[in-house]
This record gives sequence, structure tokens and C-alpha cells, in this order.
Amino acid sequence: MPSELIHRYMRIDHLPQIWCPGCGNGTIMRDVAAAIQELIDDPEKDINRDNIVIVSGIGCSSRAAGYLDFNSIHTTHGRAIAFATGIKFANPKLNVIVLTGDGDCSAIGGNHLIHAARRNMGLTVIAFNNNIYGMTGGQYSPTTPDGDVATTAPFGNVDRPFDIANLASGAGASFSARGDVYHVRETIDIIKEAIQHKGFSLVDVYSVCPTYYGRKNHKGSAVDMLRWQKENLIPTARYYSMPEEERAGKKLIGILSYNDYPEYTEEYAKLVKAYRKKK
Amino acid sequence: MSKTVLLQGNEAAVEGAIAAGMRFFAGYPITPSTEIAERSAIRLPEEGGKFIQMEDELASIAAVLGASAAGMKAMTATSGPGFSLMQENIGYGAMAEIPCVIVDVQRVGPSTGLATSPSQGDYMQAKWGTHGDHPVIALSPSSVLETYTLMVRAFNLSEKYRTPVIFLMDEIVGHLREDVSLPDPNSLIINRRKLSFHDGANKQCYYVPEGEYVPAMKPFGQGERYNITGLAHDESGFPINDHDKAGKLINRLIDKVEHNADHIVRVEQYEMDDAETAIVCFGGTARSVMSAVQAARAAGHKVGMFRPITVWPFPDKPLRARLPQLRNILMVEHNHGQMLLEMQRVAGRDVPVHFLGRVDGTVISPDDVLAKLEEMEG
Repeated sequence: MPSELIHRYMRIDHLPQIWCPGCGNGTIMRDVAAAIQELIDDPEKDINRDNIVIVSGIGCSSRAAGYLDFNSIHTTHGRAIAFATGIKFANPKLNVIVLTGDGDCSAIGGNHLIHAARRNMGLTVIAFNNNIYGMTGGQYSPTTPDGDVATTAPFGNVDRPFDIANLASGAGASFSARGDVYHVRETIDIIKEAIQHKGFSLVDVYSVCPTYYGRKNHKGSAVDMLRWQKENLIPTARYYSMPEEERAGKKLIGILSYNDYPEYTEEYAKLVKAYRKKK
Repeated sequence: MSKTVLLQGNEAAVEGAIAAGMRFFAGYPITPSTEIAERSAIRLPEEGGKFIQMEDELASIAAVLGASAAGMKAMTATSGPGFSLMQENIGYGAMAEIPCVIVDVQRVGPSTGLATSPSQGDYMQAKWGTHGDHPVIALSPSSVLETYTLMVRAFNLSEKYRTPVIFLMDEIVGHLREDVSLPDPNSLIINRRKLSFHDGANKQCYYVPEGEYVPAMKPFGQGERYNITGLAHDESGFPINDHDKAGKLINRLIDKVEHNADHIVRVEQYEMDDAETAIVCFGGTARSVMSAVQAARAAGHKVGMFRPITVWPFPDKPLRARLPQLRNILMVEHNHGQMLLEMQRVAGRDVPVHFLGRVDGTVISPDDVLAKLEEMEG
């Protein structure tokens, strides 16, 4: 029941959202809300609405914080993970969820992403990855594939792109996963796992930007872009049952790496317990 | 008063902050401020607080603002290069009205400059470092004991006015060691931000009652689902494009400091009652000026020292009150003439303003000041 989800967890007064027709960001925002709703409604899970804090940076993705009806803070470009680190460390009871974009978390904010992953700070980072800077009108980002065209790569992008999920894994993230906007059910389930994960978790969610990325690169309509996701992004069970040669050019939707390293704020609490002065 | 201890300025900054209730520090090592991070790393776990060394200064100030939004009194410390990196989020703190204290132990710039040498070259950056018009409160201590007591005041002002406060130290005071008797922490007045929203207007998070300037601030996680943003916003906390509302917000932010300047401004006036020459200075520079004033007085000259302790907003009113008795003003600062511009603005054409400054990283001595006074007389 989408309307119930929207009424319960979105700020109706601030809708409709600002995103372009066909944009994948609305789907990702809804997936985040659905994941939270399912966790709150599950009596076996210890997720409390008042303990959820949504933190965002700057860019198309980051407008989502204002639409979701939780504690929310819309910060500066690239710094969402660093603000979130302060919030989580100050009050480890809080469930801190960062909504960010490919530019926000892997270009200007790339340093904070890898260090939060390294520390295993108990944050959940959802990257709305649309391969472009949308808010400023279509400049190439760290996830724009090489050869693709953008307003600042008029003759084709010479940069080689990041795979954000692999970047987080490489930086030591204890939970790294990939989702997309076509596989809604799978992506909601991945986000639920990420929120429940005690340490640092990242979900790189492939969005679609038909307006600035798709149009310039002849990717067709929003529906065509979703069809590409359906055919090329493969959920875990099917991915591993495919013969090796069929996997070429396709990407896994699911959890890429998982570890139960000690979480930062819990480790620090032990240190305080050991060294706190007796009064 | 407790027993006398030998304390460094940077260490006193940490002890003062802890006495004020600071329990969260995020920072990045940089000379000559590093002892503040080092002592915080030891002292905060002892006090049940939290210390984190971040990946850079951009992250440090962001984590401090996040911790403050979650309800803690939070601080960072840095020097010129790191202070430059923090500027964007200092503006965020001013716009979103998030209290915190940023210590800048100044060293010689520009760029990497002279990392271990004293300077006061960040005076204007403290005011104009972030983009856009915004309020600034900046305090500058000139001794180890004052570093402690003024730090308590820095947190109090930050909490009361919900704005970042710049604690503008210099290498002279930061690395100075003095015998001090710290006040009994129970004797200190400690302010806390208003933690439940003002009544009226549907308890909107940025609602300010008529005649007041500061909204209340409830920490995240206590049942009020509100929004914080660096975009222009109305009393609901959500972004707006309405120019009237944007103007109202930004003017209120500036007015809350300017209209409360009488409360915020503190100055020290030494031998000023009959002074005909005022030497104006701040921070560590005051130590040489004080000696020079004593020597000049011993030689029969009517010289006094006027020291802004609150360096932003500039203490226009107490300085203006002194102008009728003055023949001369001498501005002494470890830079190329920054507070000088404020001095000239206030003195206007009424009193001539002379200047003694230095950018080479050496300390202005009492003899330098006396030589300048002699030159002015001649």
C-alpha cells in the first residue's frame, strides 16, 4: 500500500518532490521508507522511529532527507558521512542513515566514505548512484563510464569510473552491497539488512537519470533505462546460478562483502568504561 | 581556588572546555594546536566523553556540528590551514544555528607559512572566512588562566546564542606555560541551550518569539522529527525560496549578535583612566604591551592598554567612550594590519591611529613598543 507508506513516513506538505519525470531517486527514497516501515512494524526488530536520523549532503539525492518524516539534517556537499559520524558517536542509540549521491560520496566526500568504512562506524550509507551531477545540469561524476558524454565531457569522458560498492569493500566496509531501481523487492531487503547491520554498511543503489545522463548518451527513455537494469543487473541467487560466460558485462545485485568486525562506538564505550575516573 | 598547577595554554583550553561541559572533540593534528587534541584524547574518556581523530579538518568540524545536533557540547581545534578548510561548515553552523567552539591557535601564513611561529593573521578570517553575511563571536585570551575562564565563556555564548564561537588563540598563549590556580568548577556559571521548543506557532523548531533572537534546540532522538538545513529556511526548518523570509532569517542571525553586543563584548582596560595614548592589542601581544605600558608610565608618560577580549564583534562602544581623552592610538598586532582596519573605522578622524605589526614570526617585544611610542612622540 504505497499511499499508507507515504502518509506514515513522508512529509506530505513538502511533496511533490523536485526530481525530473522518470528519475530513479523517488524509487530509492520509497525503498528506504519501505525498509524502515517493515523494520518498525516487525515486533522482533528493535527499530524505533524516533531513533532514526536521516543525514544527507548536497545534490539531487540529498533532497530526500527533507521528504522523509524522521529527524533529518541536510548538510553540506560531501560532508554527510562526517556529520553522521558526529551524530552516531555522540548518541550511539541512534540509527543514522546517510542518503547521498555518487558525486557527494565518492568525489567531494570520498575521503569520509573510506574512513567511515575503515573505522566501522555504525552508519548506513545509501548512495543514489545516477552516474552524473544532476542538480548542476549533467557534468560527469566519478561513476560516469569512460567514453560517455556529459556537459563537461563533450567529447567523451576520459576518466575511468569508480565502482562505489567495491570501493567501500576495499576500504574495509563490514557490509557492502548493490541495489537498483528495477529490482525493488530485492533492494528493499538489502537496505533492511544494511540498517540492521551493526557496523558500517553501504548500499550502492543504481538510479537512472534519463534527463541528463540518458538523453545525452542515447540510453532511451526512463523505461528503456529500467529495462537495461532488468537485463544487466542480476540478483544474487540467479547471478551465481548463471554460467560464467553469461555473467560477462553483468553486475550482481546483492551483498558483496560482509564481516562482523567490532563496531566503532561499542569499542570506544569499552575504552571509556576502562578509563573513566571514579567520582 | 584549587592548588596551583603548571599548565600550558593549549592544555588550559581543554580543561576550560571540560569545565564548561564539553564532552565531544573531533580534530586533526596541526601545529601549534596539537596539544589540545592530545589532552582531549586523555581527558575525555576520563570524563565519560568522546574523542575522535578525523581524516581531515573538513570532517572534524562536520562531526562537531553533528554531535552538537545530537545534544552534546562539542569542540574542535586547529591552526590557520585547518581553519581555512573549516570555513564552509562554520557558515553552516551559523545558518543552521548549531552551537560549537572552534579553537584556532594562529601561526604564520599564508599557506604552510611558519608552522611553529606566532601570528595573529587569522583575525579577519575569523570574521569573513566563510561566504555570505553571518554573525561571528570570537574571543581571544592573553594568558593561561584566561584561556581557561574564557573557554567557559566561549561555550556559554555559543549555547546562549546558538552559534559557532571562534576561540582565537595564538602560538604565544598556546605554548605558554604558567602557574595557575584554576577556579573551583562548582563556582562557574554554565549555560545550556534551551532544550524544548518555544511555545506558539505549532512549536516549530526555528520559531522565535517576538522580541527574542534565538530559537530553542531539541537534540535529535527525542521525539521531535524536525529538519535542519543550510539552505535558507523558515521557522519550520524547511527550505524556502521566499525572499522576504530569507531576508528575515539572515537579518535575525546577524541581529542576535549585534543587538546583544553589550552582553557579548568584554575588554580589559589597563592604566586607561588618565591615558592620552592608548595601545590597542589582543591575545598574546598584550603581554609585551603590558610591560611597555608599565615602563612608559615609570618614565612619566600617560599611556594605557585597551585590550579587546571579545575580538568579534569589535568593541566599538567602550573604545568610542575613550576617544575624547586620547591624543594618539597605537595598534599593535602580529599581522600586517587587520584589527587596525576596525580601529581606524571607530577612531575616524578624531584620533590618529599608528600601527606596529610584524609578519616574520618573531615576537613584538616591549622594547619594540617603546621605540614605536618614542617615534610617535618625535
